[in-house]
Amino acid sequence: MKLSLSKIVDGCRLGTLTNLSRKGVQSMDIPGCLLYTRMGSAPHLTHDTLQTVKGVPVVAQLSLSTLADLHEVLAEYKEGAAKFIGMAESVLYCSLHDPVICSPPGYNNNKTVSIWGCGGRIEMTASKFMTIQQVIQPDWFQCLSDGDTIAGEISKKRAKKSVDRSLSFLDECLQLQEELPGLQKSLIIGVIEGGDVLEERLRSAKETAKRPVAGFILDGFQGSAMTKETKLQLLSSVTAELPEEKPRLIHGIGRPDEVLECVERGVDIFDSCFPYQVTERGCALFFNYNYQPDPETEVIQENGQTDVRKEDDEKSENVTPSGPQEMTHFEICLKEKRYQDDFGPLVKGCSCYCCQNHSCAYIHHLLVTNELLAGVLLMTHNFQHYFGFFCSIRDALKENKLDQLKKSVNSQAL
Amino acid sequence: MSSPPSPSGALRHVTGAPEAGAAMAASSTAPAALSLRVVAECGRSRARACELRLPHGTVECPVFMPVGTQGTMKGLTASQLDRLGCRLCLGNTYHLGMRPGPDLIKKANGLHGFMNWSRNLLTDSGGFQMVSLVELSEVTEEGVQFCSPYDGKEILLTPEKSIEIQNALGSDIMMQLDDVVSSTVSGPRVEEAMFRSIRWLDRCIAAHSQPSKQNLFAIIQGGLDPTLRTKCLEEMSKRDVPGFAIGGLSGGEAKDHFWRMVALSTDHLPRSKPRYLMGVGYATDLVVCVALGCDMFDCVFPTRTARFGSALVPWGSLQLKNKQYAKDFRPIDENCHCPTCQRYSRAFLNALFRIDTAAMHHVTVHNIAYQLNLMRSIRESIIEQRFPEFVQNFMKTMYGNSDHYPQWATEALDSVGITLE
Repeated sequence: MKLSLSKIVDGCRLGTLTNLSRKGVQSMDIPGCLLYTRMGSAPHLTHDTLQTVKGVPVVAQLSLSTLADLHEVLAEYKEGAAKFIGMAESVLYCSLHDPVICSPPGYNNNKTVSIWGCGGRIEMTASKFMTIQQVIQPDWFQCLSDGDTIAGEISKKRAKKSVDRSLSFLDECLQLQEELPGLQKSLIIGVIEGGDVLEERLRSAKETAKRPVAGFILDGFQGSAMTKETKLQLLSSVTAELPEEKPRLIHGIGRPDEVLECVERGVDIFDSCFPYQVTERGCALFFNYNYQPDPETEVIQENGQTDVRKEDDEKSENVTPSGPQEMTHFEICLKEKRYQDDFGPLVKGCSCYCCQNHSCAYIHHLLVTNELLAGVLLMTHNFQHYFGFFCSIRDALKENKLDQLKKSVNSQAL
Repeated sequence: MSSPPSPSGALRHVTGAPEAGAAMAASSTAPAALSLRVVAECGRSRARACELRLPHGTVECPVFMPVGTQGTMKGLTASQLDRLGCRLCLGNTYHLGMRPGPDLIKKANGLHGFMNWSRNLLTDSGGFQMVSLVELSEVTEEGVQFCSPYDGKEILLTPEKSIEIQNALGSDIMMQLDDVVSSTVSGPRVEEAMFRSIRWLDRCIAAHSQPSKQNLFAIIQGGLDPTLRTKCLEEMSKRDVPGFAIGGLSGGEAKDHFWRMVALSTDHLPRSKPRYLMGVGYATDLVVCVALGCDMFDCVFPTRTARFGSALVPWGSLQLKNKQYAKDFRPIDENCHCPTCQRYSRAFLNALFRIDTAAMHHVTVHNIAYQLNLMRSIRESIIEQRFPEFVQNFMKTMYGNSDHYPQWATEALDSVGITLE
């Protein structure tokens, strides 16, 4: 994998990753995101419906927690997870956990890390982990690591442990990789731990950077255990220690305003579980990521659709989204009664399959009647909207207009 | 009725003696909301291949119509359904009339506009669901009285109301409100329901406000009693409706009764009009009932069973959730060209069923493709004058050994000149 940075502006990195995989040719622009999947399947979507989404990331993320149960099946299959899931053509990145699912704390030790599959807890030693990776044959994978630091306040001692364990898992995995013929071409992504303890974070970054890893995951920043200030400060300090030519990934951070904050602190790659979570609560992404608003349309938007809907959102408190997380200001809830006879698209001017073909009223009807198509259509819109947002980040960076984008996005976060 | 007679096949109530000749002339003159062209007939059985022209395009018959109850084909998008080759699918008046309601759908330019489906739609009358889904329903001469399961309000579904809703939905084919009696019931209630269905047909015809745009089908009732069915056939075929459905079957009656009632019906129905056998969708039933002369079929089975992990194949079905498929890396059917079989294995689907709804969509795609392919193969064999051979092969593949052939199917096919080897 090769990263060519074309520009760094105030910490934001614009560039292109090439030689992503054994398949060779693909490249990925950063800042960018991964395609969130569940066992390799984009949620709710078939290959056909995913094809209608514009700007689908070239790298698909799947989690070891959903694949571990399949390890025997994949061992017998022998041709790797990419072909098994019907995505032979895409680049696969295997993360340790599903970013949507919170694993219960307290199950890791010096020898094993617990992951939670459909059938419950699975204890991973480094060698079991590598054996499973060998049958998955991912292009990149997150190294086994102890990221059990996000459940609230943790001690300095626990933070230190998370770094020690993760480094020792990394060394073990790197050594095993040399012995396992099936994993020669897979790239290991090192994991930076350390909870909210700065010196541990720095030690983790420095030590991990010494090892031959292909990139870094800034782990343990999801959730709300740390204050935002701490989080952002730690991110800045950590990325300062990392070599410039390797990509930095983060999991579980998806809100547009938070994504931008991370980009400013040198993070390159995000996951796309956010649009999935929005879909699961019956909502549609509805934020403007245009960083150079045309004065005319801006006026229309201020007086029109956008703001009317948003204002109403604040007034109506009778709707509780059913998703696992609270609704953000970047989305609208299609279950609300006011969409019942709204024959306009989810987002005016949106070119996604859902907005081109269906109305808010129809989506509302599908949600009210619990029809499966609701998830399909919302997923196509939310994915496309989100992927469009990342495209806009890159374009804004290219044109030195990230400030405008940030201003616009932040104003919508309120 | 004071409106001028239209050249349409969907003419208003014609009183007096039926004239078969007039009916044929009516359906062969264009423009009409419906026309039927018999493309080929089987030399031996009653099977026929037709071209059914409807307001939203031509439908090749025999046809299987997937059921999209609430204005959606389960997890499939309209364009997926279109690409599978579906040209006519169902919506349910009862469900759509409740939610989102006819007014809203009318505002959305009808059900076609609401669900963005540019091909043909057929809607039922709502009567069947009312009797089968709502426990507290009561049938009177006026209509079906029931309590809304959503707000508990008393609602009376009359023939006029059903047609009004279906007119608002704008379906290409509408069904009359009929008095539905379970096919396992016998006695005077069956006779009452049959005669009432005839009276309701007349009320539906009178209430129908756009016969040049939408086609109203009559539904033959009469339970399992040959005399009552014959009576109903005689009476209803006097009305110049554009098509006929065979109703009141496929509700748990013995197959031996079922096929005889189908055969009796097709024997009496005019050759020039489409014959729709309601609620039939198992592969064997489709093949046999095509042989008995039916053109159109619908059933929730293929799509419902898909969501439970059951994939239809020429030799039966695969329960994909079963452990035996966990390491089976073949597609559902190696000879199937559907998007699912082109890309996914049984093992993958087996695993995905535990994780994501996409698994259901994959199997729904396959099952609809299976049904439509089956009908396509039947049609081709009729056109190429080899339908009896097709039936032989179909049965052999489905049941393996002639000892396993269902007796009713053997007898039904035998009755129309196809003797299974």
